[in-house]
Amino acid sequence: MARNTEGNVYTVLFAIAMVVVVGSLLAFTASYLKPTITQNMKTEKQQNILFAMGVNEATVSGDQEDAGEFVSTDKASEEFSKYITKQYYIEGSEAIEDDQAYLIDIKKEADKAKSGSYTRKLPLFVGEKDGKKFYIVPMRGVGLWDAIWGYIALNEDLQTVKGAYFDHKAETPGLGANITEAYFRDDFQGESIFAEGEFKGITVAKGNNDPTNNDKNDNEVDAIAGATITGDGVTAMIKKDLAMYLPYFNTLKK
Amino acid sequence: MAEVAEQEKVVKAPSEPLFSKKNRKLVTDPLTDNNPITIQVLGICSALAITAQLKASIVMTLAVFFVMGVGNVVISLMRNIIPSKIRIIVQLIVVASLVIIVDQVLKAYSYALSKELAVFIGLIITNCIIMGRFEAFALGNGIWKSFLDGIGNAAGYGLILIIVGFFRELLGSGTLLGFPVLGNPVEKTGLYALGYENNGFMLLSPMALIIVGILIWVQRTKNPALVED
Repeated sequence: MARNTEGNVYTVLFAIAMVVVVGSLLAFTASYLKPTITQNMKTEKQQNILFAMGVNEATVSGDQEDAGEFVSTDKASEEFSKYITKQYYIEGSEAIEDDQAYLIDIKKEADKAKSGSYTRKLPLFVGEKDGKKFYIVPMRGVGLWDAIWGYIALNEDLQTVKGAYFDHKAETPGLGANITEAYFRDDFQGESIFAEGEFKGITVAKGNNDPTNNDKNDNEVDAIAGATITGDGVTAMIKKDLAMYLPYFNTLKK
Repeated sequence: MAEVAEQEKVVKAPSEPLFSKKNRKLVTDPLTDNNPITIQVLGICSALAITAQLKASIVMTLAVFFVMGVGNVVISLMRNIIPSKIRIIVQLIVVASLVIIVDQVLKAYSYALSKELAVFIGLIITNCIIMGRFEAFALGNGIWKSFLDGIGNAAGYGLILIIVGFFRELLGSGTLLGFPVLGNPVEKTGLYALGYENNGFMLLSPMALIIVGILIWVQRTKNPALVED
């Protein structure tokens, strides 16, 4: 071939052309797909919130075998407005109603709050199912590799857990990633976050030795073997994020 | 750019049949005597990281199939115009862009699947087999041969991944693809009633290395020609 592919000029031109081609290809893909992806994420949030308070595919289909699955994507929005009766965000000591509160990015809020002068908006969702009222709190923390997050639904007494849902960005498959599994999250059901009137959160404990979580008052659930740091992350996330809601919860209890 | 290379390729197209013996060897060799993991010792990092479950191994295998097949073809198309000084960077860009596009498309059209794949998609880029095959094969060979080589190496990689995943999940969690096959460890049914316990050590990365080591041992015992001095 006649072309000299070794020259510096050619190399630089090739690099520039490559960057332009690849850059525009990726930019085009990203902007073309963005609306669909954003919609998917919204739907997922709704599914997660509903799931934490015990509204799942089984609630819609009536078949108990579907209990481990989210409300299907096409019904998520409809079910969300049916079961989630109120959405608030708490700013300081005020609770402000906002039907888009579930879209508040709690990571961004946490980052802004680090600067000190900013008062964090804390989203809180109130759900109602079978005549019972639940308070659902979003949480976010860190696992071993990257972010972990979840939703925890409290019963109306604001002391015991109705249900929880956890997810993660990049925990180890088979180990830390198992926090999304039913056997882990179901342990939280009924667990108390208080001990003798004092806020304790829920500890993911290695020495708990209570795989089916019969003791609901020890503020502990069984850890996953081989996922100590992810488990500690869940513990810290629950303790830290729930604690921020306590002042508001205290006003509700009165 | 790609079109130019394609035209040149057509002119020089070899006249051998598509599935000649030599071409078939490109696919079958990496499965056995030139396996990327057990012989070339490439791709060990992902083999350790994701083989705690069989399902994860299978998913990773499929993802690598795609990236290896397409990536090898793209590099082969451009092989005559890539300046050799920056060829590694070009290879990296090709893998990275492919992976990002796959990730975005999955997120838009198959969100549930993309959530399951989240970790693996990123890990594909770090897979040395991909860069290794781009560098060693696709840069010097035609499109069809490169495609076969990519598929072959992905299959060889996947084979080991699935074998390791099978043993780690079975012995570590007592399940296969998530189904309990040895009974229930909490309620002590099946094998567990006899006092069998899951080996938690199998879930940790070092065990993957030990299983790969055993595979290498078995392979070299069966074929002494592979043993180096």
